[in-house]
Amino acid sequence: MDAIFLQVLNGLDKGSAYALIALGLTLIFGTLGVVNFAHGALFMLGAFCAVVTRKILTLSQITLDPERTNFLGKPLEIKTAYVELWWGDVGTWMIDYSVLLSIGFAIPVMAIIGIVMERGLIKHFYHRPHADQILMTFGLAIVLQEIIKAFFGANPIPQSAPDAMGGAMDIGILFGFAEYAVIYPYWRLVYFVFAAVVIGGVFAFLRFTTFGMVVRAGMVDRETVGLLGIDIDRRFTIMFGLAAAVTGVAGVMYTPILPPNYHMGMDFLVLCFVVVVVGGMGSLPGAVLAGFMLGMLESFSSMNEVKAVIPGIDQIIIYLVAMVVLLVRPRGLMGKAGMMED
Amino acid sequence: MLKYNDKLLMLVFTILVLTGPIILAPFGAGYPDLLQRFVIFGILAVGYNILFGLTGYLSFGHAAFLGVGSYSTVWMFKLLTMNIIPGIILAIIMSGLFALLIGFITLRRSGIYFSILTLAFAQMSYSLAYSVLTPITNGETGLQIRLADARILDAKNDSGSLPSTNLFGLEMNDTWRTTFMGMDLQFNVGFYVSAFILIAVFYLSIRIFRSPFGLMLRAVKTNQNRLMYTGINTKPYTLAAFVISGMYAGLAGALLASMDPLAGAERMQWTESGSIVLMVILGGASTLLGPVLGAGVIKYFEAIFSRINDNVLHEWFDILPGFLETFMVWIVHPFVGKGWSLTLGAVFMIIVIFLPGGLMEGANRIGKRFVKLKRGSADNAKTPAE
Repeated sequence: MDAIFLQVLNGLDKGSAYALIALGLTLIFGTLGVVNFAHGALFMLGAFCAVVTRKILTLSQITLDPERTNFLGKPLEIKTAYVELWWGDVGTWMIDYSVLLSIGFAIPVMAIIGIVMERGLIKHFYHRPHADQILMTFGLAIVLQEIIKAFFGANPIPQSAPDAMGGAMDIGILFGFAEYAVIYPYWRLVYFVFAAVVIGGVFAFLRFTTFGMVVRAGMVDRETVGLLGIDIDRRFTIMFGLAAAVTGVAGVMYTPILPPNYHMGMDFLVLCFVVVVVGGMGSLPGAVLAGFMLGMLESFSSMNEVKAVIPGIDQIIIYLVAMVVLLVRPRGLMGKAGMMED
Repeated sequence: MLKYNDKLLMLVFTILVLTGPIILAPFGAGYPDLLQRFVIFGILAVGYNILFGLTGYLSFGHAAFLGVGSYSTVWMFKLLTMNIIPGIILAIIMSGLFALLIGFITLRRSGIYFSILTLAFAQMSYSLAYSVLTPITNGETGLQIRLADARILDAKNDSGSLPSTNLFGLEMNDTWRTTFMGMDLQFNVGFYVSAFILIAVFYLSIRIFRSPFGLMLRAVKTNQNRLMYTGINTKPYTLAAFVISGMYAGLAGALLASMDPLAGAERMQWTESGSIVLMVILGGASTLLGPVLGAGVIKYFEAIFSRINDNVLHEWFDILPGFLETFMVWIVHPFVGKGWSLTLGAVFMIIVIFLPGGLMEGANRIGKRFVKLKRGSADNAKTPAE
């Protein structure tokens, strides 16, 4: 029982990441009708926003301490971050919480990147076939990831979670399991809560604001909304920016779990496409549901008991599910009838 | 039989391919390794074009067939003989069967669903090759030939060194070198074996393009719904195209393994599938010559760009004043050497945005402009206002 409970928890953090990325993908597909292969690159760019923030915060003044020597016998270099020099404890706190602080940095940056992308490139592809959209965004994804590789190198850059959220907690006790039966890292809980808040925020934004109402109307019938005198293009552009920002912060918060490298976007992209397809192209709740569902399925199938029966199932379970769904119910779990069913 | 134009095309193509080592030598591409890659990826692109160019189905999973071909061939080298013929035959059969299975499932959907399904299948094969299928694929190390392998058809090998791949005794890495007008010409057996195969499969692809079957595939691309309304079941046609292009990919994989008897799972990664698409798009999908051209251009610039380093760049921009030189080197640096992928991605975007028909369309446009210029001066007055 506790093993199953642990797998549910393990599925949550991966599922949260899938759900967030798939949500962004679906927002873009639902509003603009564009299949965005560069979406994984946005996730990766978000993660590198966290790297950049930490780099800026830890810019250091180097002083030599002539009293002490390093292992080469030269005077020891002591690095003190400028923020610590200027603000003392506040500076230390800022470096410790750099992951959370970089969210504030990532949101505007990613929104701008998203809007520039839409206005500069994707705008010209609305009336081209889907194949052209796929190919162009695929090229864009390569370009983005190679630029990051040129600046940050090919190796993963580990990021640490804030000290207070770094350890693991014995979550099992809360649910009445034996002591130390279910141990779970704090940060993954934080990630799950964060994802839930972001997803809730996006849904609330779409449901309870006038802006959201117009966007939803535009998703159903873009032309009519345009005929009513509403500048739907501008709103869709903003939605693209929003989708980019959501994906970006998903990347920021994921950095303590997975050290960011330049190809992490591509790795997630394929899975997230599968998630979107399973959830139903263009269905936001479907994307979220499928994200969590597939995350959990993946963690369940990586249990040793399951692997003993079907070896290697953890590697392919997501693809298998996607195939079955596509063949049996092509519109996806919660997709609208007739939506891309050919 | 072929019409006059196609006969001419076939003839020119044959001559160009067979004289490749001579023509390409002045461009620094006359060495066997690169020449082999030209023709092998040419085969791959020609095959992919039968699916994508004719039916419009965008597959993102062709690297899987390439991998299957390579693995089958290396297994033949290990078990049967170092002669490449059994390996190639098995590779074509295996990749054909594999394509039949995948195609049967994925072709139930079209459009982006088809792309995503093939992508999923290819990723799945890649993951499996890395994990569960390790006894067959040898996991991360990749499948290699060993001295201790059975090779039941070959004579006993006592030399203590690994045997090399051959075609009835002709070793693939045999090269006949000569110097002609100061150029170092290298005629490699492996290249010529692949070249003859390329010419054969190119001929086959012309026949497919001109056949009623090819016409049907084009009809699928133009309007599949209308075709179905007229009572034609399109599935057998698309499936046949998928299997044929899968077999082409398997053949290319077999040749890759024949030139260098090694098969690794990274050959099946989906970025590899993406680069196959790149070749075809760059050259010009649904043209005959385009894919071969695209494969050649990409492989050529890959080899050239990867060799450029900062010293070469400094030499290039030597005439500029100091700070400008540093600046230009800084700008160009990420695009060359290890940054080849960046150039590739950028070029690809530019092609898709401005020239969706690829290089062949570009050549056509330029050609038309010249014709127009000539004719324009003659009958300018006759053109009606539009």
